[in-house]
Amino acid sequence: MIPDRDKIANRLAAVGYVADTDLALALWLMDYLKRPLLLEGEAGVGKTEVAKALAAVHETELIRLQCYEGLDQNAALYEWNYQRQLLAIKAHEGAGASADAIEEHIFSEKYLLERPLLAAIRRDTPPVLLVDEVDRADEEFEAFLLELLSDFQVSIPELGTVTARSIPRVVLTSNSTRELSDALRRRCLYHYVDFPDIEREARIIVTRLPAIDAALAQQVARMVAAVRKEDLRKVPGVAETLDWAATLAGLEVHELRAAPETVHETLMCLLKTHEDRARMTREVTDRLLGKVA
Amino acid sequence: MATSDNHGANPTIGAGTRRLVGFVRTLRANGFAIGLAESRDALAILASPAASRPSLLGPAFRTLFCADRSDWERFDDIFAAYWRGRGVPRAQRPAAAPARGPSLQRLAETARLDQSRGEVDPGEGADGPESEDRRPHRAMASDAERLAATDMRHVVDPDEIAKLHALADRLAHRMRARFVRRERARRRGRRLDLRRTIHRSVSHGGTPIDLAWRQRKRKPLRLVVILDASGSMAPYTAFFVRLMHVLVEAFRETEAFVFHTRLVHISHALRDRDAGRAIERMSLMAQGIGGGTRIGECLAAFNRWHAKRVINARTAVVIASDGYDTGDPDRLADAMRELRRRCRRIVWLNPLIGWEHYTPDARGMQAALPFIDLFAPAHNLASFAALEPYLARI
Repeated sequence: MIPDRDKIANRLAAVGYVADTDLALALWLMDYLKRPLLLEGEAGVGKTEVAKALAAVHETELIRLQCYEGLDQNAALYEWNYQRQLLAIKAHEGAGASADAIEEHIFSEKYLLERPLLAAIRRDTPPVLLVDEVDRADEEFEAFLLELLSDFQVSIPELGTVTARSIPRVVLTSNSTRELSDALRRRCLYHYVDFPDIEREARIIVTRLPAIDAALAQQVARMVAAVRKEDLRKVPGVAETLDWAATLAGLEVHELRAAPETVHETLMCLLKTHEDRARMTREVTDRLLGKVA
Repeated sequence: MATSDNHGANPTIGAGTRRLVGFVRTLRANGFAIGLAESRDALAILASPAASRPSLLGPAFRTLFCADRSDWERFDDIFAAYWRGRGVPRAQRPAAAPARGPSLQRLAETARLDQSRGEVDPGEGADGPESEDRRPHRAMASDAERLAATDMRHVVDPDEIAKLHALADRLAHRMRARFVRRERARRRGRRLDLRRTIHRSVSHGGTPIDLAWRQRKRKPLRLVVILDASGSMAPYTAFFVRLMHVLVEAFRETEAFVFHTRLVHISHALRDRDAGRAIERMSLMAQGIGGGTRIGECLAAFNRWHAKRVINARTAVVIASDGYDTGDPDRLADAMRELRRRCRRIVWLNPLIGWEHYTPDARGMQAALPFIDLFAPAHNLASFAALEPYLARI
């Protein structure tokens, strides 16, 4: 099978994700080499969407682990169902069972609560495991994750070793707020996700908002690209672009230049801080409009 | 989809493998971290259907070999140079050591002395007038306390410098622990650890007699140190650089920057184990081009290019500068305001505070003052030690 980037990209587009061809190749390699894929890039470029689209393409489940500081194995891997365990202890005690028998019973699978990582390796069909914002978790967790990603088995002291039934497709995302360890980086394939270029962003708008006029989508994409070049604190992401395009379509704007007033007012849904709003004055909007429309 | 463009990209295994090994070596020389597993996978790519289409090889190798954004951005050039025969690029490091500023020169020398302490001839580090100066220091019992209180300007003896650095080491190690949200099991604590408690209660028939607790864990504070390496700071830079080296080594989450006329990120250079070489590498990177200290512009550059990555809400930013700014004070105020909003605390260390009759009336200092959480002296080690309780409370 010759990896056809366009075909993969088309399949992704069919489920609503417009990928650049290199990303499509990276996704093919991920299957071919059985390695996890690490996606880095600014907030709002659509890293998380990649995993969602991948799950949709393979028609499989998406299991998501959102990382945060203080995330530990209890929240990521498994937890025991304490309430049921307490009840079971009481019940068995009444029945006169020995301590060993009770212990054996309450630490069985029946009382185990799966968390995302354990769930991901216990599925019969390989799911897509999304480890989102891995840079937010701390180093201990990263080391643990690395171990899981190389062996695909975990040991639960009370239960024994759980080996993967199927190897999940793993996508990690990072905003690089913290330097990830070299070991984790080496383990993964890497793709840097940039903001889409104008052509691609226009295609994203058309894919997501089929009702929109193609010419308007093109103009919106050009305008957003220009806004991103301004010195802003929060650069608008793809989601903001879509919101804005939907707003303009809803207000029945067909030509940006024809409605500068509306453009300026609605542009505010692209900007998320007070300071950026203050910076994007009417004059700035008009200047950008003049350049792109 | 079958294609016929097979020209040269599907070579015989022997030659292809050899070329690939050469390519991996070139990448390593350019600072890529590539292990055996990656080389093996690269061979797998060469053997895969992807290799039949030359246009796919570049992006495929890029995805495999790159580990971060800087790799990502350099890869295409190196790939083109190697595979399309445009000449293999040399490792992207400064080739020869050009002339450097006097203060930085001295830094490197101090560090080298420090490296070889013990075996160095005591006369070597100090010349004429300085050996005069050294004698009274020698005569006194060189206890840590006295040394800690000495203004760094007056410490010239290599032994004393070495001791000063050892003190700085100890200080840096003490400064780093703090509490975070992550918890660990302890004998006493603030929250019940249900998993352990249940485990223990099994033998009591489910009555939780023996309780297990969870407690907050200590974690290194995240520090960003920005050092002014201008001429007016020269007597102190050697010491600050040494302190930065220790800090960067001691904490994983420390970032270091130096500025003079422009801002330079030096964490990587400072991570070099060899202090002398680290400082030499750093001084190569930080060569000022002359034209005065632009604190405002350098801080603005920091906000724009580095802050998003290195600063979170728990970061303390330590700026070490005397506040003599040749740039626009408004620019400095803007940059400080922006920085203030992003980080937890700003500590400004000014060696001049230790001087008698000093008032912070330099224009730059005036502009920056409203945004500073702690404005502290930094002319000797005792003043550094005084910082520790402050940082521990953050």
